[in-house]
Amino acid sequence: METNTGTNRPRINWLKYASPKTFYPLAGKLIPWCAVSAAVLIAYGLYIGLLVAPTDFQQGEGYRIIFVHVPAAWFSMFLYLLMAMYAGLGLVLNARLSYMMATAIAPTGAMFTLIALVTGSLWGKPMWGAWWVWDARLTSELILLFLYIGYFSLQAAIDDKNRADKASAVLALVGAINVPIIYFSVKWWNTLHQGASVSLTQAPAMAAIMLKGMLIMAVGFWLYSIAVILMRVRCEILERDSKTAMIRQD
Amino acid sequence: MGFLAKNHMLAATDLVGVRGGRLLFDKLNFSLSNGTVLYLQGANGTGKTTLLRTICGLSKPYEGNVNWCGEDIHELAEDYYKHLLYIGHLPGIKEDLTALENLQFSLALSGTPFDLTQATEVLHLLGLAKGLNLPTRMLSQGQKRRVALARLWLQDLPLWVLDEPFTALDANATDMLKQKIEAFANEGGIVVMTTHQEVAMHVPKFEQLRLGA
Amino acid sequence: MTENSQEVKPAKALSTFSVLYRILARDIQVALRRQSDVAAVFFFFIIAASLFPLGSGADPKLLSAMAPSVLWVMALLSCMLSLSRMFSSDYADGTLEQMMISNQPVVLIVLMKILAHWILSGLPLVFVAPLIGLQFNLGGAELQILAASLLMGTLALSLIGSIGAALTLGIRGTGVLIAILVLPLYIPVLVFGAGAVNAVSIGMSPNGALSLLGAVLSMALVFAPLASAAALKIALE
Repeated sequence: METNTGTNRPRINWLKYASPKTFYPLAGKLIPWCAVSAAVLIAYGLYIGLLVAPTDFQQGEGYRIIFVHVPAAWFSMFLYLLMAMYAGLGLVLNARLSYMMATAIAPTGAMFTLIALVTGSLWGKPMWGAWWVWDARLTSELILLFLYIGYFSLQAAIDDKNRADKASAVLALVGAINVPIIYFSVKWWNTLHQGASVSLTQAPAMAAIMLKGMLIMAVGFWLYSIAVILMRVRCEILERDSKTAMIRQD
Repeated sequence: MGFLAKNHMLAATDLVGVRGGRLLFDKLNFSLSNGTVLYLQGANGTGKTTLLRTICGLSKPYEGNVNWCGEDIHELAEDYYKHLLYIGHLPGIKEDLTALENLQFSLALSGTPFDLTQATEVLHLLGLAKGLNLPTRMLSQGQKRRVALARLWLQDLPLWVLDEPFTALDANATDMLKQKIEAFANEGGIVVMTTHQEVAMHVPKFEQLRLGA
Repeated sequence: MTENSQEVKPAKALSTFSVLYRILARDIQVALRRQSDVAAVFFFFIIAASLFPLGSGADPKLLSAMAPSVLWVMALLSCMLSLSRMFSSDYADGTLEQMMISNQPVVLIVLMKILAHWILSGLPLVFVAPLIGLQFNLGGAELQILAASLLMGTLALSLIGSIGAALTLGIRGTGVLIAILVLPLYIPVLVFGAGAVNAVSIGMSPNGALSLLGAVLSMALVFAPLASAAALKIALE
């Protein structure tokens, strides 16, 4: 299939980057750059968050955890939507690489969800006096973790790789449609039941330096995600190609 | 009237079948016109059922395509299915329902109205006179098979895809089914079937395809 | 005889409506011959809901405060328990294959399967939940809203649940897996359904929650059959 596209045509075939064969070396070149810059940016972000940013007069030093919590929460949601997007692309184009991307994104997304949950409850202990409070943001993160768990469980339960790809893609899409609805319903539920008085979302008024710290952390997380996801896709390509090689032995 | 007047054509081009990471058939080509019986042969696991399911559009081919009268069956979708009668390895019989109820339902799925007297007649013909109002759970394997096959007598569709239709049938029923297929092909129908039995057919065009050879 | 039936007149094809009606009717017909399956879900709801007062004590105030969430969570679990049956028997006997190659759109066929599931496992709860609600010391207004929210909500549960049922078709350990897939998706239904009853009990209007529940239901009506149909095709491939 890949061989007869664009052989006589002079125009650049952008789709060739969608073929695992060209993608594999390209990803290999990108990974070290992303990994190194991720490490530098995350270190710099932490430096700003832990040392440069001023102590909050209301929340004390404990608030500094939001430099990790907030970007992690952003990425937990963003990566879910990105995963669903690749899943959708996979279903529409029947492109193997898209499925591999979706599969590779899931563990990183789940990791950020877990980080957001743990940092959230660490923050909650001094603020609320309890490790867990049914705050709207934390509750949404918890449900998001359930969605990731569903995705992993379905993929693990299906032996046939082809079916596992497609079925979990459908689930990711359904979940993505649900994410805003769930988020809204949890907010609605929170106001009805008057949850935590101090909410994580009402972090201290954002000073410019804080915003800077968080954005740097976010870019660092983004580069980290790219590096790890590309690494996983490369493994996946190797694993699957050894199988496809066996399909045709002629 | 019906399909007799029309010319139909079922064609496969460069069909590649893969199941569980194993190549079953590679670049298969055939084209079947009115009155053809295609007889698939091959040992277990050579992809006969996969090929039949691909022809039905239940499985997507790894590569290549199946055309009905020149158009891809996945694009035709329901327009293809109104020509197709598929009886698979599983009979599609609900054990809690009677033979007649089952028949009514499977006819309805392809849009055929149910005529009670006619259906009763066909079930009698197939030797199921006694069990008509019993839940099919009480019937034997061969009898259930006959309930499923009764559709062949009751529907007017130009393409039959039959997966091991002779399994579990006794000599008498095998004979009847064979005659029915012959009559259908002589009228211009197209049949694709698998079977382990050697069945000689007297039909206008008889083709054999051996998979896994 | 054979020649006789050869000359079948090509009778007019059945309308979409009568085909769909036949699919719905058959599922209910089968269920009526296997009443124990339907009854089990119904009794599960009653028995499980009755356990809560035994665990929490019979303080009427506490019970009426718990009732909306307890009854709604139990409704959720009862609907979920019967989900794996939605397509599995048709899958096992080959009927599902025939449905996929029917000359009617698969989405509509799936919608009929979902409706049948709702009629058999969701709808009965609408009638029995108010009775259990009495045991939980709920007032008349709350009971009405409970029934109304369940009427809409259980249909949404069947719709959303069908996706889980279709995705896990023919997989080992289906029951637990469906729960993991479907329960997070059920959360908005639970929040708005139980929220409507809670709103009444604190003297607020339930209309907001009910219309949000209605919105979730209409979303589910549009998307769930599509997703389930896609999942079924994948499962049968």
